Amino acid sequence: MIDARRLTKRYGEKTAVDGLDFVVKPGTVTGFLGPNGAGKSTTMRMIVGLDAPTSGTVTVNGCRYEQHRAPLQEVGTLLEARSVHPGRSAYQHLRALALTHGIPRRRVDEVIGVTGLGSVAGKRAGAFSLGMGQRLGIAAALLGDPRTVMLDEPVNGLDPEGVLWIRNLLTSLAAEGRTVFVSSHLMSEVALVADHLIIVGRGRLLADTTVRELVREAGGTTVRVAAQDPARLRDVLAGPGVEITGQAGAEELQVTGLSARDIGLRAAEHGIALFELHTRQVSLEEAFMELTRDAVEYHGTPAEVVAAAGGPA
Amino acid sequence: MSTLTEATEAPPTANGRPAYRVTARRVVASEWAKLFSLRSSWIVLGLSLLFVVAFGLIAAFRYRSEIGSGQMNQDFARQNAVGLSLFGANFAQLALGVLGVLVTAGEYSTGMIRSTLAAVPRRLPVLWSKAAVTGLVALVVATAGAFVAFLTGSRIVAGTPAAMGFSHAGVVRSLLGAGLYLCLVAVIGTALGALLRSVAGAVSALVAALMLIPGLITLLPSTWRDGISPYLPGNAGASMFAVTPDPGTLPPGAGLLVLLAWTALALTGAAYRLRRTDA
Repeated sequence: MIDARRLTKRYGEKTAVDGLDFVVKPGTVTGFLGPNGAGKSTTMRMIVGLDAPTSGTVTVNGCRYEQHRAPLQEVGTLLEARSVHPGRSAYQHLRALALTHGIPRRRVDEVIGVTGLGSVAGKRAGAFSLGMGQRLGIAAALLGDPRTVMLDEPVNGLDPEGVLWIRNLLTSLAAEGRTVFVSSHLMSEVALVADHLIIVGRGRLLADTTVRELVREAGGTTVRVAAQDPARLRDVLAGPGVEITGQAGAEELQVTGLSARDIGLRAAEHGIALFELHTRQVSLEEAFMELTRDAVEYHGTPAEVVAAAGGPA
Repeated sequence: MSTLTEATEAPPTANGRPAYRVTARRVVASEWAKLFSLRSSWIVLGLSLLFVVAFGLIAAFRYRSEIGSGQMNQDFARQNAVGLSLFGANFAQLALGVLGVLVTAGEYSTGMIRSTLAAVPRRLPVLWSKAAVTGLVALVVATAGAFVAFLTGSRIVAGTPAAMGFSHAGVVRSLLGAGLYLCLVAVIGTALGALLRSVAGAVSALVAALMLIPGLITLLPSTWRDGISPYLPGNAGASMFAVTPDPGTLPPGAGLLVLLAWTALALTGAAYRLRRTDA
């Protein structure tokens, strides 16, 4: 359980996190989404006390992170930035962290096994590939058998097998009743595992919603249909949960709440000729882009605009 | 049955959730393991020992071969067995100071500090443990080195005017003083590393404090110089391991107190920055 209230972080003039309010509940995977520079990493750093909030508070399992007797047992964290000394072996790194809490050697071996680092545990972490580094970070996050697992961009640098492994890991951690909080800037990645979504842009909360809700709000699946007698087709298709729009007099209708197949069958049943039948799926990615459009920190700008702005005044 | 909150306080067998807990002792154990799991620590410690012993031997040999030859410089001719044996302390202080810097600033440059502080979010125990572990290891290595250097060095200069044995007044105190001085330099290095968060910056500060500033001070008018010079960390430390204090330097006890004050100052600055600024 993570509870952020009016959480704010300013660096001089720049506000990285701006009055965030959210709750991350146990037993589900919560995705933390936003474009680059939205304040996700800063928020996560504040959760584990690496950065101090300018104002507002964030608590984990009831109190501030630093007030816990065994912080690693409360929150296991994978930060986006590398947090390992390259000269130390994976085993020694985990062992050093384990020693602070009195976590037994057995547990160190266990997380090495779970993350598949067994064959490289004695190697210097500096020689690790990006994917192996991520696995080591995840091993460290799991070390204290934490009630809350918080991962910042965990799939970065992982190969497809690693990505699949992360997905299964996250789902099983949540199924064990843990709080799982995962950030990403890629909707497609999060949508596969997360039930709940917290979406931020420019440090502000844009949406605190579920995957299904987000798609529904964004318009869900729309079917475009052109028919000989659109007025009659409207009557035929009308029903609960079905929404039909279209300009008066035009042949074309937009239908949500029915599949293209249903529309086709009903039109045939009533002898209405169709000229066109096309499904248009609003992807989560589109819904996300729509939501964060104004909050994207670094827009691609058309070349001529850049030239004009950068030219002599 | 029991809620999750109770679980952390319950004995390990009650509900399968072990009762982990961060304690000062465990943080020390962790820092100990961290220090010795890096190759760089072993290298720097080895170099420190080598500097203390080898340079002491070289100085003693040179003294013996030049004594009576008439071409020895005045300062060197007035040396005693302790001074000759501890000739390497000047070099070992850099090595051990760098060890201290690496222990703290090395974590900032690699990002390890984030893992460390996530495990011990109260932060200050990390600084105290690092200082204690580094100081203790430096103390053992430096004291051992000083005694070995004197044992062999005093044998080399036996029968010359510099000859001294363990029974001479102040010899054992000087050797222990050298060990303690190098220990405190390592602790100061640790503090500077935590304060500046950069290996290069902290090593520069250390070199400046121990070597450059004493040199620059000689440019001051002599009345100022004599007032300031004995209180500089390097000079206060040197008076801890001189058998007979030079005129214009502090007595050994006062030298120790002054160096302790410098150490406390550096640690206070480090603690303040560690508590106050984001990691």
